[in-house]
Amino acid sequence: MSVLVGTDTRLVVTGITGREGTFHALNNRRYGTQVVAGVTPGKGGQDVEGIPVFNTLAEAVEEQGANTAMIFVPPRFAADSILEAEEAGISLIIAITEGIPAHDELRVYTHLKRNPNVTLVGPNCPGILSPGKASVGIIPASFFKQGNVGVVSRSGTLTYQIGNELAQRGFGNSSIVGIGGDPVPGSSFIDIIALFEADPETELIVMSGEIGGSAEEEAAEYIAANVTKPVVAYIAGFTAPPGKTMGHAGAIVSGTAGTARAKQEALEAKGVRVGRTPTETAELAMQILGNR
Amino acid sequence: MDLLEYQGKQLFARHAIPVPSGQPASTVEQAVAAADQIGYPCVVKAQVLIGGRGKAGGIRVAKDRAEAEQHARSILGMDIKGFTVHEVWIEEASQIAAEYYASIVFDRAAKAPLVMLSKEGGVEIEQVAEENPEALARLHVDPLLGFQDFHGRRLAFAAGIDADLIRPVGAMLAKLYAAFVAEEAMLVEVNPLIVTPERDVRALDAKVTLDDNSLYRHADNAALRDPSAEDAQEQMAHERGLTYVKLEGDIGILGNGAGLVMSTLDVVALAGGAPANFLDAGGGSKADAIVSAVEVILSDEKVKAVLFNIFGGITRCDEVAKGLIEAFDVVKPTVPFVVRLDGTNDVEGRRLLAEANLPNVHTATTMNEAAEKVVELAANAGAAA
Repeated sequence: MSVLVGTDTRLVVTGITGREGTFHALNNRRYGTQVVAGVTPGKGGQDVEGIPVFNTLAEAVEEQGANTAMIFVPPRFAADSILEAEEAGISLIIAITEGIPAHDELRVYTHLKRNPNVTLVGPNCPGILSPGKASVGIIPASFFKQGNVGVVSRSGTLTYQIGNELAQRGFGNSSIVGIGGDPVPGSSFIDIIALFEADPETELIVMSGEIGGSAEEEAAEYIAANVTKPVVAYIAGFTAPPGKTMGHAGAIVSGTAGTARAKQEALEAKGVRVGRTPTETAELAMQILGNR
Repeated sequence: MDLLEYQGKQLFARHAIPVPSGQPASTVEQAVAAADQIGYPCVVKAQVLIGGRGKAGGIRVAKDRAEAEQHARSILGMDIKGFTVHEVWIEEASQIAAEYYASIVFDRAAKAPLVMLSKEGGVEIEQVAEENPEALARLHVDPLLGFQDFHGRRLAFAAGIDADLIRPVGAMLAKLYAAFVAEEAMLVEVNPLIVTPERDVRALDAKVTLDDNSLYRHADNAALRDPSAEDAQEQMAHERGLTYVKLEGDIGILGNGAGLVMSTLDVVALAGGAPANFLDAGGGSKADAIVSAVEVILSDEKVKAVLFNIFGGITRCDEVAKGLIEAFDVVKPTVPFVVRLDGTNDVEGRRLLAEANLPNVHTATTMNEAAEKVVELAANAGAAA
């Protein structure tokens, strides 16, 4: 097992004819993901190395049975593309696009939450990798192997760093889920942790957070009440000065709320062990699962 | 992006939110001319992106021309908590019968706009919220439904607003909400929201934060960015499309992805070093972006050593290596570099660096090793200097 993406995934890539869209769609297919369609309005009927391109998402669903959409269009088109995917009946939408206006995200989020049959992951996320099964997004899959550690993270490159530290210690992953660093992520830590809790393959959950917002604090409460599997956490941004934006729209500290220290304390108060560095976080996982 | 008070008020005025009339001025002459036009008494207000202007002497009432000139002279160029005053806002003096507080914030936790209203304005609202939470009425608005009249009434009654003002205060909140949505703000705050002796409701202050990601469709707001508010390095980085935040230390940092860069700062600090900056070269960085990044980092004279920490996903390590090699050709750095490359095309990236054999460039295989090495090099450079 794994979460969200796997051997049943039938992926449609919006923005497939763009340079990055093509590169990553083909990369995902090379990994073994069933990439069944692409969408670029006006380019219907073409193909990208054998992947048929459609004008609309509805056609991709109808013709190719796509059930998962990867959003790779520029920010100004992304909200529209996500809504089109939902309307077409796609059940999992993974939005890689970075820089979507916050109010667009808010409207999209609120609308999608009213549909119990759709899950949005991202935007501004690296995607989801279920090693050995499917990769949707931009995660450098070759660094990871199949295993029993579920990873959920707000930051892309930090996910790779932690995943790699785990791999060097012999651990594989059930799935690696990047939820993104934007103000309104489609899926929260809680949503993904709940999936890992229910996934028989996952034995330990690593969550990687960062300053800003309160998602880590909320996750701490949730874990204490609902999660039986061990959870290890990492928080980035201890040295970030207050009031400064550190790149991610999400990574803003104002006052004491949302600081790395506050998040660490909230997690530790609920029994979640927090590593000070990615290395220490991997070592904590190793202590719990044993050396293998 | 934060707006200056007067920019916020001009934005409010576009949405029919009543504000006192005024004019910006960047010289004493302009300030006096503006004051003459507005009439006396008027208020000379320092325009800086920091609170506590009044306490610092940055807001003064002028009862005549001589005072307007005197105040403009003392306030222009004044330093308020590290911010130099480049502009003042000359505003008609307002008659104040009561001071309220109103704000709308993009509430990330609740994933909805949060509207707040209090009768206890004009003071530190955090203090009110803490000591007397009942005095601060709060309401989340469904972003797909928008702000309705009943929202305004509910807030106004909950805040204990005088009966005759329920309707005008509600209308004010509706307009603020309309501005919040139309301008794609992350924050709209009015403190104080005043009631005049004639029972008119007006915004006496304006604090507006706009969403940077939306500026492409608000050209007029995008043009308000104040380069003088940014540090020289931050300005240079901004022009080159890099995310850079200046810090106090002496170790230059470059990484890809905000999370990894933040983590790198933490790991360097744990190793006993002090980062000079946060620099996210971004996803898919090409060689020329790396050259720019090196220029920006080294334009800070405090930097004694530089750490490159790259874990390539969308970023390709060979591009980073090429960029660094080119940067050495163009910028000719004199400080040591520590480079750690992992991820997409890392083998090729390391090979390119080894072949180039750049002076004073050290490689590291792990993030911790890289941090320890760069801290040591910076310390040695400090001792030598």
